[in-house]
Amino acid sequence: MQNRIDQLFEKKNKNILSVYFTAGFPGLDNTVKIICELQDNGVDLIEIGMPFSDPTADGPTLQYSNNIALKNGMSLRVLFKQLEDIREKVNIPLILMGYTNPVIQFGVEAFCTKCKETGIDGIILPDLPLEEYKQNYSELFNNYDLYNILLVSPNTRPERIVQIDSASKGFIYIVSSASTTGAGKKSEDFSIDYFQRLQGMRLKNPGLIGFGISDRATFENACNYAQGAIVGSAFIDALKQDSDFTGSIKKFVNKIRGMS
Amino acid sequence: MNYHVNEKGYYGSFGGAWIPEMMFPNIDELRRRYIEIIESDAFRSEFENLLKDYAGRPSPLYYAARLSEHYSTRIYLKREDLNHTGSHKINNTIGQILLAEKLGKTRIIAETGAGQHGVATATVCALKGIKCVIYMGALDVSRQAPNVKKMKMLGAEVIPVYSGNQTLKDATNEAMRDWICHPDDTHYIIGSVVGPHPYPDMVARFQSVISKEMKLQLQEKTGNPNPTRIIACVGGGSNAAGAFYHYLENEEVELIGVEAAGKGIDSGETAATLLVGSPGVLHGSRTVLMQNEDGQVTEPYSVSAGLDYPGIGPLHAFLYERGRAKYISATDDEVMKAALLLTKKEGIIPALESAHALAALEKIEAGADDINVINLSGSGNKDMETYLKYFGF
Repeated sequence: MQNRIDQLFEKKNKNILSVYFTAGFPGLDNTVKIICELQDNGVDLIEIGMPFSDPTADGPTLQYSNNIALKNGMSLRVLFKQLEDIREKVNIPLILMGYTNPVIQFGVEAFCTKCKETGIDGIILPDLPLEEYKQNYSELFNNYDLYNILLVSPNTRPERIVQIDSASKGFIYIVSSASTTGAGKKSEDFSIDYFQRLQGMRLKNPGLIGFGISDRATFENACNYAQGAIVGSAFIDALKQDSDFTGSIKKFVNKIRGMS
Repeated sequence: MNYHVNEKGYYGSFGGAWIPEMMFPNIDELRRRYIEIIESDAFRSEFENLLKDYAGRPSPLYYAARLSEHYSTRIYLKREDLNHTGSHKINNTIGQILLAEKLGKTRIIAETGAGQHGVATATVCALKGIKCVIYMGALDVSRQAPNVKKMKMLGAEVIPVYSGNQTLKDATNEAMRDWICHPDDTHYIIGSVVGPHPYPDMVARFQSVISKEMKLQLQEKTGNPNPTRIIACVGGGSNAAGAFYHYLENEEVELIGVEAAGKGIDSGETAATLLVGSPGVLHGSRTVLMQNEDGQVTEPYSVSAGLDYPGIGPLHAFLYERGRAKYISATDDEVMKAALLLTKKEGIIPALESAHALAALEKIEAGADDINVINLSGSGNKDMETYLKYFGF
């Protein structure tokens, strides 16, 4: 079967909305419900956060959700158990996002096996850069058709962007600006030059812009320069404010999409 | 056997640069340029002059006669506590501030645990007139108050970190986040032989002046540059790396690292990473970590804020794996006893961290003719409150 990430980009190449949430937040058992709600409300792709004790690329909001998720008892074992039957209900691409250490401790091959069984299409590990990925894991991930999504940032040099593009599958995660997640940027803070430079490079992979995408304006602005954008911290904030999050997910997605 | 870092940044299977892409340009620039810069004549002469005239090097190698008598062996103390700012940390911060200047950086960040690295960083920033921001766990801010005041007087901004256990690990996380957000103007002065390549090697090189001097001083005092053994405390492991550095390939010299057992290595309240940890990735490096079965980093504990860290430099993970160095641990109580003994016998109040190395003297079999060098990495001035409380003076 073709990887669902490729399927998505084949049928849609603009205004793709990807939403991140931290598994185990706000409650341990909310994972499946949040995924289903996001799909039902028209989200194109979901990034399921694997919580970590030391999320060094994340700002205060995701530090908080990671911390609560761990206190609630979330772990990779619990998460894979929760996701066991997810493909009976959900057909949009699912990506796991987190840090490398929990994956190493789970066992990288065991992790790949579980991803395949569960129907996970890709993985984003911000602290697994190109060199370490190629040296240690690319062959293994390929064997399991697990797409590793690499990041580029405004400071990434052009020749390195080409290398990252060539080692990437699915899409490239375009970090919007020099910041950790949840920077609360305004769309005028984005470096348009950098987005245009990337567009001009005609990379083989599509791109989604993330970090600092928090509302309709930032989403729409990002969509002008890439195939879509990723919302994380703003969604966590929305979940935080509403214990009956069925309503809040609908409201949140509609607001980002400009349908409210 | 070669115990130095290879061209990919690894010591055996430990090390590397496991960093977010946002940090890559800075790390890559360091990796490409650090050796060329620090081995240039101009850099070396500036570095050596500052070590001599500013930091007060060489630090004395002192024969501790009464302590030697007590243990029926020969004990030398490498007096890093006598350096400017009271510890070995200044060796590294002088090196890195000069490097930061060469790289054109105008803002310095650092993490600190006990505050020794923070003070040493704030000091060189004052010396060079460069803006300085220090991240320090909120718990450490309260237990190391004198150092916080020093950093402020030196002109540094001290930012308390409230995440996690509010200690060194959390301060390091926050410093890394700062660097992600300020990639252009900022250099991150990591205080130990931890972090992504090239930091472990770079910091070890700056600290290697300790064993370089030790060799000359031992030759002069004993007629032999090689001691029987060298003992140093290990948190991240920078003073130990410096004290071991020029002896790594000389396998006749026994190397002993002493980790902080806290309340005991089986108590759950410990910072003895090598003894209770397992391989993993933290703060940009594959090394040995204290972690649970899910790969979540667990909170360390030690009475000594400078050793209260759940990881260890990849060099030490490698030396441990290969058996080149031996790693033991000392509990809080053993450390207090050792600190008091040195004070009474020699009139030297050691840092809590360095007292871990002294506590090893109770645990090793040292012959009467053995020459033991203890790296006395820091002064106890910053720890007076802890000592007074413990002993009830």
